[in-house]
Amino acid sequence: SVSPGDTSVLAGLYGPAEAKVSKELPDRAALEVLLRPKVGLPGVMERSREQLLRQTCEAVVLGVLHPRTAISLVLQVLSDAGSLLSCCLNAACMALLDAGLPLAALFCGVTCALQPDGTILLDPTARQEQEARAILTFAIASSERKVLMANTKGSCSVEEMQQCLAAAQRAADTIFGFYRDSVRRRYSKS
Amino acid sequence: LSICSRTVEPLEYYRRFLKENCRPDGRELGEFRTTTVNIGKCLCSITTADGSALVKLGNTTVICGVKAELAAPAADSANKGYIVPNVELPSLCAERFRSGPPGEEAQAASQFIADVIENSQMIVKEDLCIASGKLAWVLYCDIICLDYDGNLLDASVFALLAALKNVQLPSVTINEETGLSEVNLKQKNPLNIRKHPVATSFAVFDDTLLIVDPTAEEEDLATGTVTIVTDEEGRLCSVHKPGGSPLTGAKLQDCITRAITRHKEVKKLIDKVIKSITPK
Repeated sequence: SVSPGDTSVLAGLYGPAEAKVSKELPDRAALEVLLRPKVGLPGVMERSREQLLRQTCEAVVLGVLHPRTAISLVLQVLSDAGSLLSCCLNAACMALLDAGLPLAALFCGVTCALQPDGTILLDPTARQEQEARAILTFAIASSERKVLMANTKGSCSVEEMQQCLAAAQRAADTIFGFYRDSVRRRYSKS
Repeated sequence: LSICSRTVEPLEYYRRFLKENCRPDGRELGEFRTTTVNIGKCLCSITTADGSALVKLGNTTVICGVKAELAAPAADSANKGYIVPNVELPSLCAERFRSGPPGEEAQAASQFIADVIENSQMIVKEDLCIASGKLAWVLYCDIICLDYDGNLLDASVFALLAALKNVQLPSVTINEETGLSEVNLKQKNPLNIRKHPVATSFAVFDDTLLIVDPTAEEEDLATGTVTIVTDEEGRLCSVHKPGGSPLTGAKLQDCITRAITRHKEVKKLIDKVIKSITPK
């Protein structure tokens, strides 16, 4: 469960488990992501987010080590106070870490809001997101801080996007530090 | 000379072409397929729609029909109309799509189109309002893929833009005494399209090579895709990179530059077609 500020997402990972014959892939693991909103049934927005998360996870999970298996990632939104997509990304990565799946790299989600006066705000609240001119969410990989996933809402100029990307890459260091601390704490007790 | 089969080892087959900087269909890595667009009732033949367009990007064929209906605006946004895009991938367009409820790809594409409309502000919802709080237009944009050969998003955005440019809305007045709306079919106005977003898709191969306008086969072999939507001012309406191989900021910048160039070509094509069908 990851909660930056008041946004909270619970992630559960199941696998690698036996896959249904219709879903299994002969050479790699089949990854499936289910995103459940806080209220209501999952709609088109959830499906589109599931696709983003699934392809991001597929890029880092070494699926070829577990062919013909299924890995299911279930995310439940507990509360939404802004930056939901990056919270889901962080929850997904921590779930993958906790499950001990073989990963090529770690990733973290960072949301940048571009305010009307041009300043870049990281990790915006719901109110700041509404007032922003554009909201950009990036998934940054731990190896060389490359961009794994990008999603934008609202329009911005090319320079602004590059500035947001640079800011997100710097912020990724803080988040990876948090991952390291959490994992260290988890394994120091046992 | 080792024989490399296209069906048995598709990736190796492709790599041989990519090494020579070209693709099996003869295109270069940065070359688009032939784009053709048919707009309007005569050429596109959806006579019941208010606006329609048929776009062909190589073999990928996408048709968009826009229907305008009247409805009451929502309570919290009384001066806004609605635009409802829907992308359908029926089983006739490709073997992988089964009939039944829309799959993930269709839903993700619908959400993408809705985001592009919202982000680019190509149609401002306030323009669709007839009488605040009482009556507004609802534009149902149905985008149906007739033949899927890769690059669905580019073709869909193009078809949507062309169809919306073709829409003629009848003028509607509200009768003061009865409170009912009167639709005048004789007097039609085109939609006010403020921005012209154009999508450009790339496929990433082996984490390093970027190819433009992938076919269905190339999309299956690719390790990732990127779609950039730009408008005429060079602003980014959407950077859509749903996972896949990690890219550096510089590679992303390269995609954006190419997308801006593509925008100019597509805009020229649309303007040419619109001019050819407008009655003089």
